[in-house]
Amino acid sequence: MTQDEAFLQFLLRMGDNTLILGHRVSEWCGHAPVLEEDIALANTALDLIGQTQMWLGLAGEVDGGQSADDLAFLRDAWDFRNVLMVEVPNEDFGRTMMRQFLFDAWHSIMLGRLIKSSDERVAAIAAKASKEVAYHLERSSDTVVGLGDGTAESHDRMQAALDYLWPYVGEMFASDEIDAEMAKAGIAPNPADLRAEFDALVQRVLADATLTIPESEFAHKGGRNGKMHTEHLGHLLTQMQWLQRAYPGASW
Amino acid sequence: MYAQMVKSEATNDDPEKLAEFQAKIDADIKIEPKDWMPQGYRKTLIRQIGQHAHSEIVGQLPEGNWITRAPTLERKAILLAKVQDEAGHGLYLYGAAETLGVSRDELTEMLLDGRMKYSSIFNYPTLNWADIGAVGWLVDGAAIMNQVPLQRTSYGPYSRAMIRICKEESFHQRQGYDAIRKMAEGTPEQKKMAQDALNRFWYPSLMMFGPSDKDSVHSAQSMAWKIKINTNDELRQKFVDQTVPQAEYLGLTVPDPDLKWNEERGHYDFSEPDWSEFFDVIKGNGPCNTDRLTARNKAWDDGQWVRDGLLAHAKKKRARHLAAE
Repeated sequence: MTQDEAFLQFLLRMGDNTLILGHRVSEWCGHAPVLEEDIALANTALDLIGQTQMWLGLAGEVDGGQSADDLAFLRDAWDFRNVLMVEVPNEDFGRTMMRQFLFDAWHSIMLGRLIKSSDERVAAIAAKASKEVAYHLERSSDTVVGLGDGTAESHDRMQAALDYLWPYVGEMFASDEIDAEMAKAGIAPNPADLRAEFDALVQRVLADATLTIPESEFAHKGGRNGKMHTEHLGHLLTQMQWLQRAYPGASW
Repeated sequence: MYAQMVKSEATNDDPEKLAEFQAKIDADIKIEPKDWMPQGYRKTLIRQIGQHAHSEIVGQLPEGNWITRAPTLERKAILLAKVQDEAGHGLYLYGAAETLGVSRDELTEMLLDGRMKYSSIFNYPTLNWADIGAVGWLVDGAAIMNQVPLQRTSYGPYSRAMIRICKEESFHQRQGYDAIRKMAEGTPEQKKMAQDALNRFWYPSLMMFGPSDKDSVHSAQSMAWKIKINTNDELRQKFVDQTVPQAEYLGLTVPDPDLKWNEERGHYDFSEPDWSEFFDVIKGNGPCNTDRLTARNKAWDDGQWVRDGLLAHAKKKRARHLAAE
């Protein structure tokens, strides 16, 4: 694999994560438990879609002139490189916010390293995105603590969300030859090297939330290299890509 | 206009105080929350501001219907920003209503059990992507028509909320017009979508201004109190006059065979909407009334554990904080 090929895969991983999670979060529009959450969820989705435009925009450039929209709306499931966690359905607000927290924790640490990327374009995107993600993490941490340490019901729901999502955490820290290539070029860190910082952050917040991290270290995988996705991704794409697919070549 | 057919409350306060109050209104002095006000003024305002706030909240649904199907990342981002603004407008308006002595939760309950209304327009479905353009262009356009004068309304907190809201609404209308323009200039299928959207949203948009002045029994008192600034028919005419040339520019046909410029009046003549349909919608029989209220009730009921959880946590935190002192 050449460095350019690895770079493209890296950019798709970043952009597909924000695209798919942004889509999931946007599904909440108008259905949140309280008005402030409607606003915050829309705002989070908006930031993630904005970041997608930057990551996939750069991926398209590297890939020979495709647009971010081409990549978002005209690829099939096997081409997507997001981690599986962002595909899973929202379920209740508890699972949505727990997923957001686990993703934000990884995302904020990742972006913190990418600010120092040897590739200026990557560093510039990371610098912009990290400001938004610092706010996402603050909010999702507060919500996880508030609901974990709330009523018995909210505690149980948050624990169930954590139990469900924990097997999806490991994939964010799996490293392969693409990551090795990126680390060698100084473009991006090796994800495995972020795990200690992530664990420290997550343990602190989940302790405040009175939640117990599952003991199993089993990790689902396949999203980052496209070998395996959840069944949910296809349905998400069906909805997201419908207009572009039904009316090819139209300009919107 | 997000508040329609707001019933004015009769008032039987001390005539001297009433006269003083009316003099302040006539002198364009803003009424503030701690000032004396007639009971009828307070009740009418709660109803009007509450209805307006509810419209912002329910209004998230027809647009949210297309967020997950927006055709480009940019359109998706714009739509998210717009819907986020609308939820924010709801927040300012509930805040303004709270200064009159009613809580947001009380207002929410009245929306959910049907005691309070929201604008009839949000009971119409968004069926194709051009509807999102039409909602911005026509629905927000009609709302702005009403809300710009309401910046001068007599109640201070309402007027200030309107000033903030109007700034954002004009962005909403521009993005809507831009989205539908793109469709009108697009492929034959896109043009068909744009025309279909205009066909379905034209009359419901005209209904947003409320019934004709001759049938609008509550206007006089509200106008005397400067809760309402223009009559329904004045605003409707202004809207038609503004919108028809825009439709012509887009190459779209307004679905009214009797629409024509009246040189003498200096206005367009146009057909009235079907008012029996309007009253059906107001009574709960619009195409989406049941779905909209079901969705809002579900969001509220499903969110109960979240609100309870966060409240319980806040109480625990406060207790721990006090114990530590």
